[in-house]
Amino acid sequence: MIGELTGNVPTGPLADAWTQHKFDMKLVAPNNRRKFDVIIVGSGLAGASAAATLGEQGYNVKVFTYHDSPRRAHSIAAQGGINAAKNYKSDGDSVQRLFYDTVKGGDFRSREANVHRLAEVSVDIIDQMVAQGVPFAREYGGLLDNRSFGGAQVSRTFYARGQTGQQLLLGAYQQMMKQVQLGTVELHTRSEMLDLVVKDDRACGIIVRDLVTGAVTRHSAHAVLLCTGGYGNVFYLSTNAMYSNASATWRAHRRGALFANPCFTQIHPTCIPASDDFQSKLTLMSESLRNDGRIWVPTDADDTRSPDQIPEAERDYFLERKYPSFGNLVPRDVASRNAKAVVDEGRGVGPLKNGVYLDFAAAIERVGVHVIKERYDNLFQMYERITDEDPYKVPMRIYPAVHYTMGGLWVDYHLMSNVPGLFVLGEANFSDHGANRLGASALMQGLADGYFVISYTLANYLADLLGTPAVPVDDPVFAHAQATVDDQVKRFLSIGGTQSVDHYHRELGKIMWDYCGMARNRTGLEKALSEIPALREEFWKNVRVLGDGPMNQSLERAGRVADFFELGELMVRDALEREESCGGHFREESQTPDGEALRDDHRFAHVSAWESGGPGGTPTLHREPLTFDNVHLTQRSYK
Amino acid sequence: MHVTLHVWRQAGPGAPGTMETYDAPDISEEMSFLEMLDVVNERLNSQGREPIAFEHDCREGICGSCGMMINGQAHGPERGTATCQLHMRKFADGEHIYIEPWRAKAFPVLRDLVVDRSAFDKIVEAGGYITAPTGAAPDANLTLIPKDVADAAMDAAACIACGACVAACPNSAAQLFTSAKVNHLNLLPQGQSERYQRVLGMVDAMEEFFGSCTNHGECQEACPKEISIDFIAYMNRDYVRAQLKNRKLLSQD
Amino acid sequence: MATTMDRTGAEPVHPRPTRRAPWPVEFYRSGVGKKWVMAITGLLLMGFVFFHSIGNLKVYLGAEDFNHYGEFLREILVPILPRTIFLWLMRLGLIAAFAFHIHAAWSLTRMNQRANADGYQQSRDWQAATAASRSMRWTGVVVALFVVFHLFDLTWGTANPDYVRGDGYRNLVASFSRTPVAIFYLLANAALVIHLFHGAWSLFQSLGLNNPRWNAWRKHFAIAFAALIGVMNLSFPLAVMTGLVSADDNDACTKRGDVIERCTEYEEAHP
Repeated sequence: MIGELTGNVPTGPLADAWTQHKFDMKLVAPNNRRKFDVIIVGSGLAGASAAATLGEQGYNVKVFTYHDSPRRAHSIAAQGGINAAKNYKSDGDSVQRLFYDTVKGGDFRSREANVHRLAEVSVDIIDQMVAQGVPFAREYGGLLDNRSFGGAQVSRTFYARGQTGQQLLLGAYQQMMKQVQLGTVELHTRSEMLDLVVKDDRACGIIVRDLVTGAVTRHSAHAVLLCTGGYGNVFYLSTNAMYSNASATWRAHRRGALFANPCFTQIHPTCIPASDDFQSKLTLMSESLRNDGRIWVPTDADDTRSPDQIPEAERDYFLERKYPSFGNLVPRDVASRNAKAVVDEGRGVGPLKNGVYLDFAAAIERVGVHVIKERYDNLFQMYERITDEDPYKVPMRIYPAVHYTMGGLWVDYHLMSNVPGLFVLGEANFSDHGANRLGASALMQGLADGYFVISYTLANYLADLLGTPAVPVDDPVFAHAQATVDDQVKRFLSIGGTQSVDHYHRELGKIMWDYCGMARNRTGLEKALSEIPALREEFWKNVRVLGDGPMNQSLERAGRVADFFELGELMVRDALEREESCGGHFREESQTPDGEALRDDHRFAHVSAWESGGPGGTPTLHREPLTFDNVHLTQRSYK
Repeated sequence: MHVTLHVWRQAGPGAPGTMETYDAPDISEEMSFLEMLDVVNERLNSQGREPIAFEHDCREGICGSCGMMINGQAHGPERGTATCQLHMRKFADGEHIYIEPWRAKAFPVLRDLVVDRSAFDKIVEAGGYITAPTGAAPDANLTLIPKDVADAAMDAAACIACGACVAACPNSAAQLFTSAKVNHLNLLPQGQSERYQRVLGMVDAMEEFFGSCTNHGECQEACPKEISIDFIAYMNRDYVRAQLKNRKLLSQD
Repeated sequence: MATTMDRTGAEPVHPRPTRRAPWPVEFYRSGVGKKWVMAITGLLLMGFVFFHSIGNLKVYLGAEDFNHYGEFLREILVPILPRTIFLWLMRLGLIAAFAFHIHAAWSLTRMNQRANADGYQQSRDWQAATAASRSMRWTGVVVALFVVFHLFDLTWGTANPDYVRGDGYRNLVASFSRTPVAIFYLLANAALVIHLFHGAWSLFQSLGLNNPRWNAWRKHFAIAFAALIGVMNLSFPLAVMTGLVSADDNDACTKRGDVIERCTEYEEAHP
């Protein structure tokens, strides 16, 4: 039974809270660290940085990744940059300002203390990553360059071309590989976690399937760290990588961990629209394009002329029209919802009428093609490669797509879930972004958790376990968990239905996108709540998973999609329950007369943490109230 | 469009493999190459036949998971493009497309088009890092790095470890990968302390698994990130120096 | 290494000896080291080919100049060293260069063969590899065989029935007057040109000589060098076959039929 949720947030002045708390926490002496086994699942920014750090400190670390190399984790795909309150530009940035921007950007649905700590350690992250050899962009004088991002009023984003995520991940990965070579980190590639093992209410290990041999093995440890990323692929089409999935967090949820704010998903406004029904994923185009591109659609829904034939008078620059002061630079959620609105009116462009124009003609005329080329050429090339259209001549077509999930497993200030010994880092936890994440903050959070938070809070937890051996893998709890995994594998292979896993994933994605996507309402959500279980039931009866060898990609996907069904249902439930609009969650019932998101701080200034109801059961909602002592709650406006 | 695929099928590591032919009608030109394979797999699945196993993840050319030999070219006919960003419009209607896994002793086939590239990780383990334990770093702006240096390091660091360089090399050599990894760190001031130790360790690890470079330049053509073979020359130079260098005098250069 | 997998990954194809050797051996053990040795020896051999060809151009000035040049080679550094000693030192250097060049090539080829899996089913669509780069080992073998024949033909004379010790000019003409020999010479030198076309560029990479300022010139150099060697070397048999150079130009020697009867220059030098 779960009592009242508290975040274990330190008391006292916010600015000193983390420093004081680090002193208050217990330590594990260097000679005792080798007595502790730590399992890390996932090798992205959070996982790799945690593994490297804990390995360096002397713990026995085991890292599991379903990729063939830890370096392929989806952190690698982040383009834009990483925020840090370095104030190298002397333009008024500070820890306090980054803290404030993040809480406000998250629409006041995050924990103040967590965000403040994040802003504090952001500074150390840049130092650490430069020392690791990350080739951040430099000015000619040799100092680090910065750019501004996502509406912030300061330049605090560090970047490495359009490949910042890749470079940061390589930094953390390389640091971890050194520990692998030294033997403090044991690396298990192509190994997928399929269950969490819990004994006496403490996380004590995981069950893993080797994706090459098919062998299911048990691994025990004093603590388990899940660094497994977000669940955007519940929508089928998203900018997430194809393998990205929620199975690790979901199965931990089924073993008792609370899932917080699942309905908080972020939509990115500038992605390349789907070109046909076989589209497998969506490609993101950097948000920076909105600095120079003008977004428009034809005024007439039946206009089939090519864009250059449409005169100015018959174009609707809808963002500029509705938001004269911010224009095309309104925040992600506002831009996305407005694009959806015009497409829903039938005014979408492109062969499938599923996009809006992002037009650079005016910018090219203003500053010349060479300047545009300098700024965006690699993006333009990528666009042309995918669509076969030259954006220097023809306006780009863009449409919003699911990009990031702010929700995740509930964790306290120590990044520990309500299951003692189970820690959750990075996008996999719900923590620091509230209802909406600012651009260039995901990388910051993953590395903050892995480098500068977990080693302190994990020691605090492990200190009490000194002298306690890890639960042996022949314990019945392990056998039981393994049996669950084995049963599921057998079940999938024996269904022998007619439809592929992807078919059901696509169908689920459609339901999620239509009813739990950019804009949500009660009717739609209730509809989804009845359609998802029906589809899930059909999935379990009619899916076809073939398999004659140990390496079986359909089987891997089947397990992930099965979990998405349950998670999708919980998202809908959460969205239904949260009768307010905030950040990435827009309830049509809760909007201002101008169609802007309307928060309800009175009823919903809390974290919604869901407890699993077990197979077929109804989940239970727990609320962690959020208090704001250091920032003033305001309604966002971008008019 | 309508294409015919000839695909390498192999049940498992060490199992015998063979090219099998699949008819693929009704393919859209807008599809990416991998989406075309998705469609073929979907059809195979509905016929009760095992889908073709292949690796892919981000599908935007950065994770390095995908990679196959397409019509005798690593990652197919489009330059500077990983398989996932190759589109069907690059092929002709009625074309026969031959698809094979990367082939090298160091990349054993696990199934169909999936190979084991863990030898790359072994090269990184052998020195592909800068020793900077968490928390010990000085301020990021303490070391000035000329823009040209940072840019060159970034050019090298852009490597996605897809393995195309090895697959394209007639000698199954991993020089382009290793030199990219070596130079990313060896060009930067932060990497100088371990510079020679790094190049020795990484080249030695590389040569345990891979062949030698005969300067054909195929790797550079196949590389989806268009990494230059200049880095191979830099690595060679560092390796020779590393053999001769009196390391006690390292900071006197 | 600590990467743990219950399954078998790739096995090293060239396991390293556990004992470290002294540095020159250790260096030569590595592929990169062998390539460096190939480049250095290649440079030496290129130098030899270049000066050998330049010297041979004297054939166009007539027998006296040509044979005089031959005599000069034997006289280098006399009287510091006795006659022909320096020539022999150069020859020893060349032999060593050949030996290392060939041994490194052979063992790198073995290394590459071990690293290669079974080939692709579909033939490769080469993008950058040239006929020259892909045929190095074959052009190399042809050149090596040619060098052996060349020694028998024009240095020792065993493969040249008309050989007269000391009369390089006459020997050359006699040799190329046999059409099969001339054709073999032409083919072998074509192989040499192809070998140089790739090798003279490749050596810069192997030595790590790379600078954006002059990188483009490395290829230009290779093309120019190979072309220059080609023009010079291919001209010799062609000149003989077309009669541009003939034994009759050598006044010091008289000839009856195809056989040299008397050669005063040689006789004067070796009474």
